[in-house]
Amino acid sequence: MIEVEGISKTYGKVLALDDIHFNTKKGELFGLIGPDGAGKTSLFRILTSLLLPDKGRASVAGFDVVKDYKKIRSIIGYMPGRFSLYPDLSVEENLQFFAKVFKTSIEENYHLIKDIYQMLEPFKKRPAGKLSGGMKQKLALSCALIHKPEVLFLDEPTTGVDAVSRKEFWEMLAKLKEQGISILVSTPYMDEAAMCERIALIQNGRIMDINTPFGITQAFPDELFSVSSDNIIHLVKDLREYQELKTAYTFGSNIHITFKNLPDITTLQTYLEKSGHSNIKIIPENAGIEDCFMNLMQNQA
Amino acid sequence: MNDKQIAIKSENLVKKFGNFVANDHLTFEVAQGEIFGFLGANGAGKTTAIKILCGISKPTSGNIRVAGFDVYTENEKIKKNIGYMSQRFSLYEELSIWENLRFYGGIYGLSAKTIRERSEAVLKRLGLEDQRNAHVRSLPLGWKQKLAFSVAILHRPGIVFLDEPTGGVDPITRRQFWDLIYEAAADGITVFVTTHYMDEAEYCQRVSIMVDGRIVALDKPTALKNTYSCKSMEEVFLKLAR
Repeated sequence: MIEVEGISKTYGKVLALDDIHFNTKKGELFGLIGPDGAGKTSLFRILTSLLLPDKGRASVAGFDVVKDYKKIRSIIGYMPGRFSLYPDLSVEENLQFFAKVFKTSIEENYHLIKDIYQMLEPFKKRPAGKLSGGMKQKLALSCALIHKPEVLFLDEPTTGVDAVSRKEFWEMLAKLKEQGISILVSTPYMDEAAMCERIALIQNGRIMDINTPFGITQAFPDELFSVSSDNIIHLVKDLREYQELKTAYTFGSNIHITFKNLPDITTLQTYLEKSGHSNIKIIPENAGIEDCFMNLMQNQA
Repeated sequence: MNDKQIAIKSENLVKKFGNFVANDHLTFEVAQGEIFGFLGANGAGKTTAIKILCGISKPTSGNIRVAGFDVYTENEKIKKNIGYMSQRFSLYEELSIWENLRFYGGIYGLSAKTIRERSEAVLKRLGLEDQRNAHVRSLPLGWKQKLAFSVAILHRPGIVFLDEPTGGVDPITRRQFWDLIYEAAADGITVFVTTHYMDEAEYCQRVSIMVDGRIVALDKPTALKNTYSCKSMEEVFLKLAR
């Protein structure tokens, strides 16, 4: 559905995108996972025909993003990272406006947005600028969907959104996917990667890896362990000072570690006991996307 | 806790906008040097409460003292004794790193000598010594956020308020940011922080969870997980806020 071949983009001296390649399939939910400044938004703007690449080519549904920009704009839905609706128009007026611009009506494709829009209906007379963050997000998604796009581009739809609303949002995306809409979505939240069929991990303008979330985590090269004790703050310090470890990163109330050489749990246990820790647990852990992301970041650096 | 050790004391904080109750009888205390996580869904009333605690908005009612000062009558003193940093970048993009440090130091009335000493220490700690004359605009987000935090505590406030400081920051830098938070707390600075990353909620000594203007839970993360029979703070949050 989306084909990207060797796209590069520079702003002055800054290389925002460096030789990006990937393809997405029809009906696929594909995620671009990476922090702010990774190049996600530049890539979205190129794919939605709003920005010209310096090098490379890309197409959406078979249409070239440079030559066929008019066609592309009519078949895609784009939800930019920043709230971009009309704050002075009401919820209802915004939706009507987008429907009209795309020469359709709210009624024609109401089935697509029904679940989402129903949550907004009590506020339909309210100016869009006065909605809460979660509501704005739902309205923006409704407006991006109202013309029944073939491909939906969602640039960081859940940034700054609380854990509950994020979960609901991903449930909405899963439903849209069932309706056959291809989706490209970006997020800085690593835990959301699991909701995508395939993901690209992106950092400093480069794609570090592309695979299914499972494939990415399976490829984690080291044996990973999760360590906990009664004093997490000292535990971080003590683990960082322990020479045998390659990495030690906090994950909530645990610390994920990898060893430079063959893992030696018994010696580590003794070291931590001597350092005054109690209730020490060192257990094998499956790598998550965030573990993999940090590993790839370090390889890149 | 006697009054000297209490950084924030809020008794029945109420804030209404017309008929809408944004903060509904918030009662909590934060100890000096504590890392306190202030969690809640979007629209739960966190920002409203933080504005009141920072002395830039007046509550409708309630007894609230921050750094020992009353929020109704001594809000100017509160402002001098706190630091604040938000998710939106809070430095001047067109100024260099060094100029930002000097500017904020000056605003808080530090002497030229103190500003110089502390700024050098910040640059050294963040590994930015070679970049002192670089425009802040040119820095990656994670560095900006670490710098913004260091600037927010340059005047050694008793309390620092951090409003989603790590949103969008890469996973390694996000953890380095929390190292800075721990260092500040070890120096006795109270850290009052909001976040949507639930793993970060686990790094707080205590957290409160706000739902529809009320605090529905307040305890240590381990205690909350026990109380609600959850494995992680994420589960606790989803259980309470959904």
